[in-house]
Amino acid sequence: MRDDVAAQIGPALEISGLSLSIGGTDILRNVSFDIPQGGFRSIVGPNGSGKTTLLRCVMGVITGWTGDVLVGGRPVASHRRRDLARLVSYVPQSDEMVFPYTGRELVMMGRYPHISPFTRPSRADIEVVEHTLETTGTLSFADRDMRTLSGGERQKMFIAGALAQEAGTMLLDEPTTFLDPRHTDEILSILADLNRSGITIVIVTHDINHAVHYADSVTALVDGSIVFNGLSEDLMKNEVLGSVYGKEFTLVKHPVSGKMMVLPGGPRP
Amino acid sequence: MTRARQTGVLIVLFIGSVVVLLTMPLIGMKLTPIQAILDPAGSGIEGEIFWRIRIPRVLAAWLAGAGLASAGMAFQALFRNSLATPFTLGVASGAALGAALSIRFGVALSIAGISSTPLWAFAGASVSILLVYGITSGIIGARRGMNTATMLLVGVAVSFFFSSLNMFTQYISDFTHTFRIIRWLMGGVQVTGYRSVLEMLPLVLGGLLITLLLTRELDILTTGEEMAAGRGVDVVRTRNLLFFGASLMVGGVVAVCGPIGFVGLMVPHICRLLVGPGHRFLAPASILAGGSFLTLSDTFARTIIAPAEIPVGVITALLGGPFFLALLIRDQR
Repeated sequence: MRDDVAAQIGPALEISGLSLSIGGTDILRNVSFDIPQGGFRSIVGPNGSGKTTLLRCVMGVITGWTGDVLVGGRPVASHRRRDLARLVSYVPQSDEMVFPYTGRELVMMGRYPHISPFTRPSRADIEVVEHTLETTGTLSFADRDMRTLSGGERQKMFIAGALAQEAGTMLLDEPTTFLDPRHTDEILSILADLNRSGITIVIVTHDINHAVHYADSVTALVDGSIVFNGLSEDLMKNEVLGSVYGKEFTLVKHPVSGKMMVLPGGPRP
Repeated sequence: MTRARQTGVLIVLFIGSVVVLLTMPLIGMKLTPIQAILDPAGSGIEGEIFWRIRIPRVLAAWLAGAGLASAGMAFQALFRNSLATPFTLGVASGAALGAALSIRFGVALSIAGISSTPLWAFAGASVSILLVYGITSGIIGARRGMNTATMLLVGVAVSFFFSSLNMFTQYISDFTHTFRIIRWLMGGVQVTGYRSVLEMLPLVLGGLLITLLLTRELDILTTGEEMAAGRGVDVVRTRNLLFFGASLMVGGVVAVCGPIGFVGLMVPHICRLLVGPGHRFLAPASILAGGSFLTLSDTFARTIIAPAEIPVGVITALLGGPFFLALLIRDQR
């Protein structure tokens, strides 16, 4: 079977037996899960549970881990970096921009894996960038200095940059942390739209309600081990939440989606 | 920042460099008459001065300015900080130590009659870059970008460390060596004849070529290493290549001209205002502007109190010190 055919029918991301220890401390312990093509997965867990590290291992930012990570059916390390960037895009917790690039320039950087060395962006690349700016609703501020954008606008632009890579899977590390409710909602709607258009989405998040509301499945990590991996509605039970966060919550049913949500002010332990 | 404006600025800078390279050799205590240029053998001392002293000096100054500006630009992208330069990071001190060691022990280290000073300066530059980068990213964590205060403090510490080794080298040298080292440490284009130009040429050209080939990677690296990895950039390999290229340039320049400060700070900053942050235009603009800037500064330095001359490093530091402070104050607001 050809690789690209296998990639279409197999899981987008397969992780098995992933372990990492740094300086004698186990950061990830034998983590295994698959993410199917077209899925929307939330990764949740308390601070320091290894969520961000997990994404970094997949992206090759951290090396020295053991186990298997398969992207498109092949070990992640067997992909050339540029090829990997055409399969998986990544929105890390963003660093500040230090130089006055415009949003449009930033999104064009997302075309890097598609433009062969020593050539200029083609008409097709420019079209992808314009289309991406439209899809993400960032066109109106695309010519502004990135450093003058609000946190929400900047995050949308980073997502546009990742989208311009035209990868089938997008990993996002806490994409809505520090954002106001409006931008949080807008960004998650953009991700939901992208997911409907066929892109596999994986987000690391602290917000259980968002994790459950938008994602079809959830992986919960505690101290580097998986404590829950399954459908998002199955997470929202107090015996499960208790094992993740060590606390019980007050749960109510969302009047529109019918999914359970967490309310602030849960019962005291 | 329109494409037309960026191209226009590059054309102006290019013409500027050509004009500077053609006219600055004519300027000195006496303007060189035309027949002395055309017939150096028949016109005696003036033709000799023009061809054997001023032309190589102007070439050396231009190369040094281009190399320092380009190295500064690369450091600013890698450290994600507009105050990162060969001088502030202590890389120039590292290169100077390498060069001073080679001047002190010159005979033993020369390879097949060709001075090995540029190679020693290159080695010194490489070691200091790895030190500064390693320590800075170790303290802050490479992911979080380079905090200005920490980066500058590490640069100062590394600079002091290499300077003290440098002083030790002077201390154990005899009078002539010490004089040569001190004079050269002030930073100046004391070049006579083409040998020095040829010594620095391959290193500077090699470094310029590397930065010009990696302009897209430089853009992406300024957004952070983690983002760059996600874009498909081989971060470690690119970073090492750029460190190598910058070391070549700083090593080549410092070996011949000593540590000339602040060119790598001022030139990329001004060029960024002219053509924007994108390295496809910023890299050639910095090279052209850096070359012209140092050639003009050096012409000023050798004519203003003629027949004596000021080391050009004194002039660039006089301009660059206040410039640096202004940037620091603005960035910390």
